[in-house]
Amino acid sequence: MSGDAASYLDGNAVAGELREVFVADLTAAIGECCECGRVAALAEARVYAMAPGLVARCAGCESALMRVVKGEGRTWLDLRGLVYLQLSTPAVASERV
Amino acid sequence: MWRAASVLSLQDETATARTVRLHVADWPGHDAGQHVDVRLTAADGYTAVRSYSLAAPAEGDRIELTVERIVDGEVSSYLADVAAIGDALEVRGPVGGWFVWRPEQLEPVALIAGGSGIVPLMAMVRVRSAAGNNAPFRLLYSARTPESVIYAAELRDRAVAGDGLGVSYAYTRRAPQGWSRPPRRVDAELIGVATWPSGDRPTCYVCGPTPFVESVAGLLTRAGHEPARIRTERFGPSGGAT
Repeated sequence: MSGDAASYLDGNAVAGELREVFVADLTAAIGECCECGRVAALAEARVYAMAPGLVARCAGCESALMRVVKGEGRTWLDLRGLVYLQLSTPAVASERV
Repeated sequence: MWRAASVLSLQDETATARTVRLHVADWPGHDAGQHVDVRLTAADGYTAVRSYSLAAPAEGDRIELTVERIVDGEVSSYLADVAAIGDALEVRGPVGGWFVWRPEQLEPVALIAGGSGIVPLMAMVRVRSAAGNNAPFRLLYSARTPESVIYAAELRDRAVAGDGLGVSYAYTRRAPQGWSRPPRRVDAELIGVATWPSGDRPTCYVCGPTPFVESVAGLLTRAGHEPARIRTERFGPSGGAT
């Protein structure tokens, strides 16, 4: 995959699709690339949207971090390229002890 | 979740950009820098979805987008040319939690816009002002010509208000009469004078077409800014944000 600068967007572009599936905003989640170890917000990934699905690639090494494909009534999420995703989970004020 | 929306008003900003104010049922509010997805549905059921940055703080259920007409943009063309007051459409959002500025932030901020990349950065300028936040802001706005500058009058007024917002321009095709810098792209020298030294530890927000964002993010990194303090949003031909 070449890094043709006009052909990709970034993780911000998948925010709406991911909010259909997840309660939390995933674009601010910090992930580690399996391939090169880069740690960055998903928003900073390169997103290729001109395909049947969306592919988010590492801004450091271009390996695929995440694939999102939507079908009739279903969404496939492939996170194989990420070691982990770290989400901020603010403490709930009214939490019971 | 898609929410029903209707067009409240339309205002031309430049020859190609238009501000669209929408009423959105049960709008939950948003942060500066967030965007929305807009969905249009044709009579035959065909739908098209595109992302647009929110241009201003919400006023209750009212939100504001500024849309630049783009060549292959069926949604942008509709919003920039065809939309009329009262038209119905659907909005999903707000989305995005990374490319945002919140009034609790007090550090210096560099905003660097390419073309209609100004839109989410203008939301940050407007939210800062509405919140009475005094964080020092420097905006560097790269535009093709003086006529293509969106929000030109408002930026002029805000820059002379003396409340800590500095505004600089880079013209890439044609500069105003008597402008000292010949038309050319944002370069290291301009980044140096129109943003902040990396030692001031500003947060940098860069928004524009992908090649612009790549170039500016590279200049900021080479100027010593930490990558973690450079937040970027790209838009492009496949119809991303803004």
